[in-house]
Amino acid sequence: MANVSNKKQAPSIDYDAIEAMESFNSFVRKKNIFLFSITAVFLILYILLPILAFQPVLQQKIFGNITGVWVYSAGLFVMTIVLCTVYVKKAASFDKAAADVLAEYHAKGGK
Amino acid sequence: MNIVSIGFFVAIVGLTLVVTYIAAKRTSSAADFYTAGGGLKGWQNGFAIAGDYLSAAAFLGVSGAIALTGFDGFFFSVGYVVANLVLLYVIAEPMRNLGRYTLADMLTARFNEKRIRGVAASGTIIIVILYMIAQLVGAGALIKLLFGIEYWVAVLIVGVMMTTYVLFGGMTATSWVQIIKASLLLFGTGLLATLVLVKFDFSLLKMFDTIAVDHGEEFLVPGIKYTSTIDSVSMMMALVLGTSGLPHILMRFFTVKDAKTARSSISWTTWITAIFFSLTIFLGFGALNFVGLDQILAESKAGNTAAPLLAHYLGGDVLMAFIGAVAFATILAVVSGLVLTGASAISHDIYGEIIKDGKLTEKQQVVAARTGSISIAIVSIILALFAQSLNVSFLVSFAFCIGASANLPVILYTIYWKKFNSTGAVAAMVTGLVSCLILGAMGPNVWSPVEGAAIFVGKPLVPLAVPAIITIPLGFIAGYLGSVLSSSKVPKEEAERIYKEIRVKSNTGVSVSDISH
Repeated sequence: MANVSNKKQAPSIDYDAIEAMESFNSFVRKKNIFLFSITAVFLILYILLPILAFQPVLQQKIFGNITGVWVYSAGLFVMTIVLCTVYVKKAASFDKAAADVLAEYHAKGGK
Repeated sequence: MNIVSIGFFVAIVGLTLVVTYIAAKRTSSAADFYTAGGGLKGWQNGFAIAGDYLSAAAFLGVSGAIALTGFDGFFFSVGYVVANLVLLYVIAEPMRNLGRYTLADMLTARFNEKRIRGVAASGTIIIVILYMIAQLVGAGALIKLLFGIEYWVAVLIVGVMMTTYVLFGGMTATSWVQIIKASLLLFGTGLLATLVLVKFDFSLLKMFDTIAVDHGEEFLVPGIKYTSTIDSVSMMMALVLGTSGLPHILMRFFTVKDAKTARSSISWTTWITAIFFSLTIFLGFGALNFVGLDQILAESKAGNTAAPLLAHYLGGDVLMAFIGAVAFATILAVVSGLVLTGASAISHDIYGEIIKDGKLTEKQQVVAARTGSISIAIVSIILALFAQSLNVSFLVSFAFCIGASANLPVILYTIYWKKFNSTGAVAAMVTGLVSCLILGAMGPNVWSPVEGAAIFVGKPLVPLAVPAIITIPLGFIAGYLGSVLSSSKVPKEEAERIYKEIRVKSNTGVSVSDISH
């Protein structure tokens, strides 16, 4: 019934079968641990800015008249660029893992 | 209004109209209209998203805020930049993999219910209108100042332009106007920052020394505007989490072909915004030092013209005219994106999918999209004409607050939480939206003991300007409780089957690549 008669129609994918695969679940688990642990780290570092900004630690001068809040903010800019680069690199390996999962599914006879 | 200003103004309008003309030839289907056929490249979409971030509020507002309040103004810059990471890490790719035209499409991929679509579309329309009024009011004031045109004429000019782009060129024209404007803005800001640095012998230390000695050490630390930690934390939460819930930003992920391109888009945006917002320090401190507080305040109490005034000091009438024209392009580009997003909620979600059960032909969809665009444009223009005296930055921060409280919880739960259900989704969106509106209505932007400082005279019941620190947790809690309490009513097997499908799609992008072939 779900057979492909119309070329434009996507072949029906057995999502249950993919979701049951061990390789899929271990890939998703790894990916989510990576995503959420990094997200937690940068959100905490970020929200510390408005908290520490009113404390002496970030109000003191560090370089000449440049105070801690500016230095910490610059750090957050650098963090953003670095984590963006890390993500793009890491995501390439996730792409490969996802492609492997799909290849395994197709090899097992999935459409 | 001098001849140079008119020249730049005409050049920008002309260029965007040429783009619209070319785009119009490529806009025939609903997918062309809403998402440029999903055919944008990563760098193009990256510039366009950056264009959405760099609204007039960001360019004129942030540089003005730094000039007037020092570090307090820079809080915004940090918020906008870090917000990229939330989009990149948890939102962009699943969004691309699950959605089609709108946020509601993505949510109904999991919960195919009209009430979900209705609530999500209503939230989108409210955010779009708030944001749009803010942009139009800001535009009217700015154009009045730069070109000496009456407020209502200025709003009408912007209104007609934005409607023209969207009506004829759809998402293709809107994206290209956004790309052009982002490039011009980056160039203009870079030029101003360089000229400021030249004056300080390319020394950051010298700039900070001058500010500290000539203008006061209070500019070096927060405290001129923000004095309470909790107020600042609340505002910063709205900025970093709200960006991921703004419908006109989310919609941009559907203009690219796959998750990989969505990722590269945000990577571009991150670099562009990081560079741009670093430069806001030089614009702000440059304006403070060379233009001076008195003159900035004399032109605009909110400091919105600090950047154009700085341009005038550094490069005379020509540079000021150029920066003014860029600011004008910025406003046009952002409001066009908003019109398109509003139209997608009205025409695609409410009319096409809810009223007509998704049974519109391709041609009817395009007609509906254009009708929706005109309606949302007219409503916004009329509201903006009456809203002239409203505090613009309040409206924008409010839109971020709703995005963070009503949209973000439901997006995250839909993608990542197995036991989430449609009752939880409605609970999260309604609670997030209503709590923002109620707490906002009781806040210091509406109530002030000082006559004329806010809409009503009286003591604010809620001391927070942006109530995000309360409303974001409320949105998450409502989504959790709604799902858990109604779990017995949901047919388990069906719900699990759909979640498995969502999980596979969002992690592998399998359906997207199939559809596009």
